[in-house]
Amino acid sequence: MSTQVIVIGTSAGGVTALQKIFLELPESFQIPIVIVQHLPADAIIDLNLVFRTKNRFRPVEAVDKTKIEKEQIYFAPPNYHLLVERDFSLSLSQEDPVVFSRPSIDVLFESAARSLGEKVCGVLLTGANEDGAAGLKFIQACGGYTIVQNPMDAEIPTMPQSALTRFRPDFIGSLKEIAQKLATFT
Amino acid sequence: MIKISAVERHLFFEGILLQYGYDFRQYAEASLDRRLSHLLSQYRIESPLDLLKVILKSNDDFRKVLGYLTINTTEFFRDPKFYKALREQVFPVLKTYSKITIWSAGCSSGEEVLSLAIALKEENLLKRTVLHATDINPAILKRAREGIFDASVIPHFNRNYSQAGGKNSPSEYYSSDYGLVRFHRELLEPVVFSEHNLATDSAFLEAQLILCRNVMIYFNRQLQDRALDLFTNSLVHKGFLAIGPKESLRFSSVHGLYQPLAGNENIFYLNSRSEVSGDKEKKNP
Repeated sequence: MSTQVIVIGTSAGGVTALQKIFLELPESFQIPIVIVQHLPADAIIDLNLVFRTKNRFRPVEAVDKTKIEKEQIYFAPPNYHLLVERDFSLSLSQEDPVVFSRPSIDVLFESAARSLGEKVCGVLLTGANEDGAAGLKFIQACGGYTIVQNPMDAEIPTMPQSALTRFRPDFIGSLKEIAQKLATFT
Repeated sequence: MIKISAVERHLFFEGILLQYGYDFRQYAEASLDRRLSHLLSQYRIESPLDLLKVILKSNDDFRKVLGYLTINTTEFFRDPKFYKALREQVFPVLKTYSKITIWSAGCSSGEEVLSLAIALKEENLLKRTVLHATDINPAILKRAREGIFDASVIPHFNRNYSQAGGKNSPSEYYSSDYGLVRFHRELLEPVVFSEHNLATDSAFLEAQLILCRNVMIYFNRQLQDRALDLFTNSLVHKGFLAIGPKESLRFSSVHGLYQPLAGNENIFYLNSRSEVSGDKEKKNP
């Protein structure tokens, strides 16, 4: 397995789901995680207050052109798309919303697929719309690994369900199973 | 979503540069490739080379493609707190100049310059200001020059105007009819609109304040450095540079030359020019 970056997309129910994954990951886990969590455009959140993490992993809001580094969790800022570049840096964009969303999961996933190919793993979690489904499919088409939360396990099943109607991901599981799967990548 | 081969994208942007002089080679790739892929689907074409053939033959198609490759998202008093900080921390310094020059780089459809003009007018600075508004895209400049917008922008304008520290009733600045709003001409009188390309053009003025907000996010680091060098060469000593709220000078070659103002609005002042690299001493009068 050659996963060097994990990209995660989620919407409604996402904070709880992400928290669970963060705490399930082992101490030794190092792979950087890039996340689009749908939020209102004017949301102001302190990621370090919202999320508890083990070891040195720290959630931060992505700044334009930041280099992706180990043991970091990057979140898209409200009202910006977040994209992964080929040199493992992050770019922001204010292009039109995609699937009514900015940040959009599709935009993150599509860019990660183009830039990193088989070096990326995409994870789609609980959510109430279709954003992310097309992007995750594209990650698979470009050689990356794809994970979808089991809709039965999701607080809002629409988002994982819409991925499953489009293609067969490499792995389907509960939050706990997903964390265990990610842990095998190190 | 269409996969794009690295060789074909390279040839596509070289072709645009050779034929039309627009240089996208140092734009941030991820977003550019996404838009290129979109264009290909719109044209029902698989390869950038086939799209290149279309736009080499047709200027109209090129204009369409250019409009699509450049992002024009903007709004009135974008990030109202930023305008508040401008009024409180930058305008008092601008007041000490008898003639004020401001450059809005990447002005898009004009919302930013109108917002600035309104704030300047309320501080009695507009009459001695020249506002240079530049963009790469002539079609969007044409719209900006008109100062006419869909009436649907008004609720947003009103809200942001007040949050940005506006002193009057927002409706003093426009008149509306038939679903359109027209901003008063006096606001655009001190504005000089012109085409300018941060990737290929050079310094053309000396300003006390330069705004380039959410423009350089579409550039890679090398092109960001080019633009920032250009701004550094276009600022007076202690001049101000404002960038977008999620942008950073941290990764750039001019990082050490600027000091941030208090607050987190990403407004900097130029502290020294001495470390600017290369042959950048070509100051224009």
